[in-house]
Amino acid sequence: MIKNSAVEMAKALSSNEISSVELTQAHLDQISKVDTDVHAFLHVDSEGALAQARDVDARRKAGEKLAPLAGVPLALKDVLVQKGIPTTCGSKMLEGWRPPYDSTVVSRLKDNGIIILGKTNMDEFAMGSSTENSAYGPTHNPWDLARIPGGSGGGSSAALAAFEAPLAIGTDTGGSIRQPAAVTGTVGVKPTYGGVSRYGLVAFSSSLDQAGPCARTVLDAAYLHEAIGGYDRMDSTSINAPIPPVVEAAKNGNVKGMTIGVIKELQGDGYQPGVLKLFNQSLELLASLGAEIVEVSCKYFDYALAAYYLIAPSECSSNLARFDAMRYGIRVGEGSAEEVMSATRQQGFGREVKRRIILGTYALSSGYYDAYYGSAQKVRTLISRDFEAAFAKADVLVSPTAPTTAFKIGEKANDPIAMYLNDIATIPTNLAGIGGMSIPSGLAEEDGLPAGFQIMAPAMKDDRMYQVGSALEAALLSKWGKPILDNAPSLGAR
Amino acid sequence: MSNISRDDVANLAKLARIDLSEDELNHLSKELSVILDAVARVQEVASADVPPTSHPLPLQNVFRVDEVRPSLTPSEALSGAPAQEEQRFKVPQILGEEQ
Repeated sequence: MIKNSAVEMAKALSSNEISSVELTQAHLDQISKVDTDVHAFLHVDSEGALAQARDVDARRKAGEKLAPLAGVPLALKDVLVQKGIPTTCGSKMLEGWRPPYDSTVVSRLKDNGIIILGKTNMDEFAMGSSTENSAYGPTHNPWDLARIPGGSGGGSSAALAAFEAPLAIGTDTGGSIRQPAAVTGTVGVKPTYGGVSRYGLVAFSSSLDQAGPCARTVLDAAYLHEAIGGYDRMDSTSINAPIPPVVEAAKNGNVKGMTIGVIKELQGDGYQPGVLKLFNQSLELLASLGAEIVEVSCKYFDYALAAYYLIAPSECSSNLARFDAMRYGIRVGEGSAEEVMSATRQQGFGREVKRRIILGTYALSSGYYDAYYGSAQKVRTLISRDFEAAFAKADVLVSPTAPTTAFKIGEKANDPIAMYLNDIATIPTNLAGIGGMSIPSGLAEEDGLPAGFQIMAPAMKDDRMYQVGSALEAALLSKWGKPILDNAPSLGAR
Repeated sequence: MSNISRDDVANLAKLARIDLSEDELNHLSKELSVILDAVARVQEVASADVPPTSHPLPLQNVFRVDEVRPSLTPSEALSGAPAQEEQRFKVPQILGEEQ
């Protein structure tokens, strides 16, 4: 049962083939079996998960009408607060902290009867593309334990690929849902900015951060999207409009007559040949399903990475000022408030977080503000204009999700620029605030590792990504004859 | 070529309230120079006629109704505090003796 989709599990629950307690226990057993190797979880809440499952079972037995995913387990990225459950953001700064309230995402999961198994590993404060920046050690890719599972949400993607959970929540500031999905053979969606509430999401870069669904199928992601999405009065940047009809779109999965734009700038140099080959094969499949493929040019995308690495560190240097050793988190040293603050932040933050805070402090400092942060904000406008022009010619835009398959743990740890290049294809959507989805495109011929196909849609047209994603997913499944994860090695055999 | 000195980083670290080690100051000054060279290209296209975008949504002044709603109790709000006293956050001395 743990290898089934969430929708299949929900069906088995509603027809009383299995109870939520049994289903939850099966996933807890899998976590016990494989997580020593994978290290997807920072905290497993067995008791809380089973209590929640008993409650859902009782309500079902009493004849209550339950939400579609009621009783199905989920893994939660450790950047979203859950009342009473340790939340670290992968940082020593928050070691031992238990939040006094639920984030809106968590409240909605609970309202939907979705069982929260525990908190997943991540790059510290979501800064990274490999999960190597977690203060609690890296997560290992279930496809090859010596490789990274992507980041920052590598714990969530690895949990899905290792069948520790059928659903997960991620957050995406520059690709942290989509790139992990790509390198683990799973599905990840960054909704339109404002589509899912940020209340209770520990802020990294507020104008870019967006929580979203992670799953093993497009339809599963769509159901989770509908469960967590929608307007929230607690987030002033939440969009006050109905959730796009993503479940309907995922069920429809017809691309006949749609125009799909291939972004010229997001391929070629720097992309692994096997990744590009899979991308092109997916395009051919979409064309054979009746979609029209056109090429579009977004010439300012070449500047997106540079703009991102000014905007995100600038916002992070401001946001992370809240970790001041006064109200929550660790406190180190003695003396004046300033001395305690400086000693605590020195000890509590890791290398990448410090690097970005210092870079952001520089970019925002007087005399440099216009040249760096101001210029980056202008590039953001140019990128949004590029998208507008491209969407005038195409219903959705596509690219490889990440330029390469999963690299080895440690391989890029000492080269920040090489690490940042992982996000070259995912960052433009964050800058423009539009939606992006990654689905598996196959296994690259060089290394047999999964690659991702990215689909982007205009703001609040998230349903288009699900429509194209499910069409491609179905076509690939019939081509392969089995789900991509059936090719992954089995874990915990030792 | 950007040239960020060790002392420049020390000043930034002071502003950011991080007590960086000598090793980190030296290392970061080199890294920061490289990163700044890479990101400075935004200036090539940021001409005066392009308006800046600070945020992807065209929102302004989002107001809410001013009404009493349930919120954290004092003990909940203080539950994560490193130190507390009389229902307040207890913090180290902020002002000097002469202030």
